[in-house]
Amino acid sequence: MALAVRKFDAVIVGAGGSGLRAALELSAAGLRVAVLSKVFPTRSHTVAAQGGVGASLGNMGEDSWHWHMYDTVKGSDWLGDQDAIEHMCRMAPEVVIELEHFGMPFDRNDNGTIYQRPFGGHTQNFGERSVQRSCCAADRTGHAMLHTLYQRNVLAKTQFFVEWMALDLVCDAQGTVLGVTALEMETGEAVLFQGKATLLATGGAGRIFSSSTNAFINTGDGLGMAARAGIPLQDLEFWQFHPTGVAGAGVLITEGVRGEGGILLNKDGERFMERYAPTMKDLASRDVVSRAMATEIKEGRGAGEHADHILLKLDHLGPEVIDKRLPGIREIALKFANVDCAKDPIPVVPTAHYQMGGIPSNFRGEVVVPAGGDPATVVAGLYAAGECGCASIHGANRLGTNSLTDLLVMGRSAGMSMVDFIRAHGAAHPGLPKDAGQASLARVARLDAQAGGEDVSAVRDEIQRTMQAHCGVFRFPDLLRQGVEKIRALGERVARTAVKDKSKVFNTARIEALELDNLYETARATLFSAEARHETRGAHDREDFHARDDVNWLKHSLWYRDGDRLAYKPVNLKPLTVESFEPKARVY
Amino acid sequence: MRFRIQRYDPDKDTRPYFQDYDLPMGQSDRMLLDALVRIKSVDDTLSLRRSCREGVCGSDAMNINGKNGLACVTRLADLAEPVVIKPLPGLPVIRDLIVDMTLFFDQYHSVKPYVIDARALPERERLQSPQERVELDGLYECILCACCSTSCPSFWWNPDKFVGPAGLLNAYRFIADSRDQAVNERLDDLEDPYRLFRCHTIMNCVDVCPKGLNPTHAIGKIKELMVRRAV
Repeated sequence: MALAVRKFDAVIVGAGGSGLRAALELSAAGLRVAVLSKVFPTRSHTVAAQGGVGASLGNMGEDSWHWHMYDTVKGSDWLGDQDAIEHMCRMAPEVVIELEHFGMPFDRNDNGTIYQRPFGGHTQNFGERSVQRSCCAADRTGHAMLHTLYQRNVLAKTQFFVEWMALDLVCDAQGTVLGVTALEMETGEAVLFQGKATLLATGGAGRIFSSSTNAFINTGDGLGMAARAGIPLQDLEFWQFHPTGVAGAGVLITEGVRGEGGILLNKDGERFMERYAPTMKDLASRDVVSRAMATEIKEGRGAGEHADHILLKLDHLGPEVIDKRLPGIREIALKFANVDCAKDPIPVVPTAHYQMGGIPSNFRGEVVVPAGGDPATVVAGLYAAGECGCASIHGANRLGTNSLTDLLVMGRSAGMSMVDFIRAHGAAHPGLPKDAGQASLARVARLDAQAGGEDVSAVRDEIQRTMQAHCGVFRFPDLLRQGVEKIRALGERVARTAVKDKSKVFNTARIEALELDNLYETARATLFSAEARHETRGAHDREDFHARDDVNWLKHSLWYRDGDRLAYKPVNLKPLTVESFEPKARVY
Repeated sequence: MRFRIQRYDPDKDTRPYFQDYDLPMGQSDRMLLDALVRIKSVDDTLSLRRSCREGVCGSDAMNINGKNGLACVTRLADLAEPVVIKPLPGLPVIRDLIVDMTLFFDQYHSVKPYVIDARALPERERLQSPQERVELDGLYECILCACCSTSCPSFWWNPDKFVGPAGLLNAYRFIADSRDQAVNERLDDLEDPYRLFRCHTIMNCVDVCPKGLNPTHAIGKIKELMVRRAV
């Protein structure tokens, strides 16, 4: 069967913060861009970000991008690439100001400037004391940002393909990326979107865990597409467990609560973070706080009937501050924890939240892979930005607010790189290989024809349970080894999924089966990379290797789908213009 | 617990029908969406939209026991049985609980939902006082779920001509923004027997908004500005 082909200058997969920001760059350059999204753009998961976007505007006191850079390097436990980190922190004020110019409804100070709140791990003067760097719109920053970016795209007349699911990358024999295949959900029709440049902006795959702050749509589609095209996935062992997910429900409670003065208590009412992080206390970086909370629970000091959670106290802030700065949190706590947080503490537990790893890329947003002795050869025509990319800005642990900064900076950078590439490329699209897109059609045909196969939700549950039990906050060697075997064995079941729904019209069962393929690749990359990394760094905490090991493990993991092969590449400790921050002990 | 869900697949059905599902409640079933996701794991042919499951993305708006709402923030304990679930009223049904929202988004786009300011931009952020910024509260939080517009009889009658509560709330969000320089053009655009004046203050929109917003109030403010500039 032949696929219909539609030609554009650029194809963007994903309409969250980074996809929308990149699209503006391409539209402004007068190029034809197609933005594909599984959901209407304002339903993308950027909408759920709460606490703010980090930028050293210095509106609340002295700040500099260099301090922001230091904090980000230290937050990454030195696994972040310092060229990319410098790039992000230098550009952050510019992209935030630009967002204000786009119409973002930021909170304001009395003098009319953007209000900024304190956040975990963000400091003045290279770690001395907490700084107010998080630019916010109450506790709905992601919502305000996503809507603002969408609105600007309405103005720019960007062409959206809403409720289209991308299936696979289309490449030629040299590995140059020529576009993607995608399925229109309403009709079941598959189309090949040809583009001179293709951006993956598909977000994270937090749904590999059974308890997650992530939306249902976060299934790692870009990662699956890359992996199937032979591109390795980088640093997938590093998953952020956010300290404050609502116990039982998983719904996120922003770190901004602690930024505004909220504190964590164990069952004895002790502010235990003072013991773990004497300077930054509750505003230490997220891996440190989550680990401290898990330790308190493990040692029997958890709160509640089953001693299984921690209490987030904020009633002392008073209803006025809560309603002004944290109105969404009050709503979430009421709905999902039956708690009025102006009176009582919110029960919270560390919950899977953010994927530090992703598709290996550089600070220009280009996808890079090892080839011919060069660890970072550019894959022609392919770009990645936002949570699905790995530049690597966040290394082994991301600081709060840096996800939104990453979206804006890397979305813009990727967009600019694509404009340059397309302009250098000439008017004509290269020819497509004869079998272009056939692998995608075969995937769909296999699913439709599968008889007596595996139930999609049952296999997904099994993947999620495996990840939760074998690859959580603390990682034990035996559990990791068993997890690797379990996840490997699940591959046979993933390959045999079947759906009862055979309709062509809005067949969401089929979409979930296709998403499962992507979720599975991410889960497999995570377990294999985690089992192999014999050290504790950032969010990766090994019970048999308690310390960071810079001699053997100051390097990025690269997992290849083919044979679950692991390779490594060096961390770039060399910034673009400033002196390197050499690895040292990480104390908050 | 019993759920009575409207089903329709144009691929095989000539008309919509109701299907009953009986589901034993588990400990983790708090919200209606939890139950719907479990029903889907048993019957994968049931189609619905859902994403964030915390009331911020606006995907899972539907008609629940006669009232529009988001499944993910509707408590099961508050629902009478059988729980009758239908797609949002007034828009074409694509399948099961999924409606075609094109008209709804067309109206949203028609209000030019972006700040219009042709002045030269400063190097830093444009200044806005906290008092000016407060004017946007209760407006910018809209999640475009369409609960309001699809509960509005005026929108049911004229979805192609009446902007509807969501669109008008968003229109006022930009009128109220101290940075916007196009208030007059915006008012001109809305001063029309259909675009604004089909609102008859029935206030269904206020009743159903899952974010507690008040489109009727925003519409009143727009009318007030029109009167004020006329005198």
